[in-house]
Amino acid sequence: MTAPAPDTLASTAAPGRRGAPAAPRRRRPGAARWLVLLAFGVFFLLPLFAMLEFSTRQAGGRSFAAWRAIVQDPDLVSAITISLELAALTVVGMLLLVVPVATWVHLRLPHLRRPIEFICLLPLTIPAIVLVVGIAPIYAWVTYLLGDSPLTLAFVYVILVLPYAYRAIDNGLGAIDLRTLAEAARSLGAAWPTVLARVVVPNIRGALVSASFLSVALVLGEFTLASLLNFNNLQVTINLLGKRDAPVSVAVSLAALLLAFVLLLMLSYVGRRRGSSGVTEEG
Amino acid sequence: MGYLELREIKKSFGGVLALDGLNLDLAAGELVSLLGPSGCGKTTALRIVAGFEAADQGRVVVDGKDITGVPANRRDMGMVFQAYSLFPNMTALGNIQFGLRLRDVPTSSRKQRAAELLELVGLVAHSAKYPHQLSGGQQQRVALARALAIQPKILLLDEPLSALDAKVRVTLRDEIRRIQSELGITTLFVTHDQEEALALSDRVGVMSEGRVEQLDTPARVYREPATPFVAQFVGVTNALAGVADGDAVLVDGHRLPASGAAGHPRGAAIRLIVRPEEIRLRPDDGSIPGALPGMILTQSFLGPVMRLTLRLESQDGQLLRVDVPSREAEQHAPGSRVAVELAARSPIVVPA
Repeated sequence: MTAPAPDTLASTAAPGRRGAPAAPRRRRPGAARWLVLLAFGVFFLLPLFAMLEFSTRQAGGRSFAAWRAIVQDPDLVSAITISLELAALTVVGMLLLVVPVATWVHLRLPHLRRPIEFICLLPLTIPAIVLVVGIAPIYAWVTYLLGDSPLTLAFVYVILVLPYAYRAIDNGLGAIDLRTLAEAARSLGAAWPTVLARVVVPNIRGALVSASFLSVALVLGEFTLASLLNFNNLQVTINLLGKRDAPVSVAVSLAALLLAFVLLLMLSYVGRRRGSSGVTEEG
Repeated sequence: MGYLELREIKKSFGGVLALDGLNLDLAAGELVSLLGPSGCGKTTALRIVAGFEAADQGRVVVDGKDITGVPANRRDMGMVFQAYSLFPNMTALGNIQFGLRLRDVPTSSRKQRAAELLELVGLVAHSAKYPHQLSGGQQQRVALARALAIQPKILLLDEPLSALDAKVRVTLRDEIRRIQSELGITTLFVTHDQEEALALSDRVGVMSEGRVEQLDTPARVYREPATPFVAQFVGVTNALAGVADGDAVLVDGHRLPASGAAGHPRGAAIRLIVRPEEIRLRPDDGSIPGALPGMILTQSFLGPVMRLTLRLESQDGQLLRVDVPSREAEQHAPGSRVAVELAARSPIVVPA
């Protein structure tokens, strides 16, 4: 095989020139890509569309009565409120637990990073029913000491969100020079709580937002633990509602799904903004 | 008694001894560099002074007060790190004000102090920029201003120039010296760069294996090294094996004057440490007594001087590095034979 002459190379490099050989045809992935996208779009959106269609179905037309009922049904409103409160409590509990632990592990106990990560991943691997069997006796005490408010579910939800939250925060801490920043703050007179509040937290804000959104999405969609522990949250109420008023139940489910989508979109936006910042090293 | 005193500091990490009874004294307003190879314990010493590491044994005393057990945030030490350490969420001004905010300094005084420091490091125009908008040199200047803002008792510099390119490094080095002199702040500087240490310091502490081998002025460390390690670590050196002979050294039958040999018993095996600029080359016509014959192998242009590598005919063909003025380099083309003379008035003599 011989190498092409230099003038041949030059002519292929100038596609507009007359008589130049045509540049090799790039495969256009457009059609296949759109086909795949369409198939997946139909697969995901069709059920949602079906839910919307069902929840607005009425003899001889369309009605948004089921959607209006979301805010009119006191049980549902109470369940939505409880689930939102649970989400907020879970996020607060998760942040208070994970941020100091993960920071300390990064700074002082790096050899414990893997064991801690393993422990945090356990809720993913333990089936919910097993988790409930283990946790029920503890909840008997929780109920005895704190009352039977469904908000006590926040304790178990903090555990449930650990796999996602710990990983997100751990990644956030890994992306900054935590040791140097913490030492710089310490040398300037900051006590450990100040280091956490004024140096660590602001610099892993993206990771904290990710962890919080994931936790909110998970709490809003959680059914099994609440149901097995006999608490009424949004999903349990939707399930009960489905037995007596299917359109409202479907409307609430769709609304909850849409809320989760919005949260995930926000999360990806935050992630992208985080990734776009960089340090210039031009000397 | 110094302003900063380290007394018999010992520290080991997992059985590896990092500091082995380190003693160090810094006078008030003095800039002392700790110089040594990687793993010699210089950064550990600095971190113990800062309070980031606890010594296994020994004491750290500042201005007569034992601060060995005082946590890092209550030591009043300003520190500039090797890595860029500005808080990414704060502007240059915010970074400088951080320590002042923690001390509840009133807003007006805080702003005034920050402005003074930005002026001092020449970054007034960059006060509203975030770290990622600043170059490496600018970031280290802000870090210096931030460390100085709290009016620390001691300024600790942990290789702050090593991440910068050569030109910025020299500029910032001079600036650090100027600012340190202006403020008269006691400063401990850690570096593995001898040029930096020698150019910047009032005194240099050369460290090896967790101990200070010599703590002296840069000139004395260079010219009168106290130990073989210091002699070979600081500057470029050639070591010639020989035997002590009164106030001279016998190298392969050639008697080379070296007053330092007088301290060694006659006949003792010693090494003669000679720097490249202390060697004179002449054409080898066999007529120069006490000169060692050799052949030039290579030339390296270093600006004002040309560094020649030559092989001695004696000393098992040992290689010598010799600096000659660049304009004379053409007399010493590779392959030419030369007679090597020692130009040092008193070459360094160390035990073999």
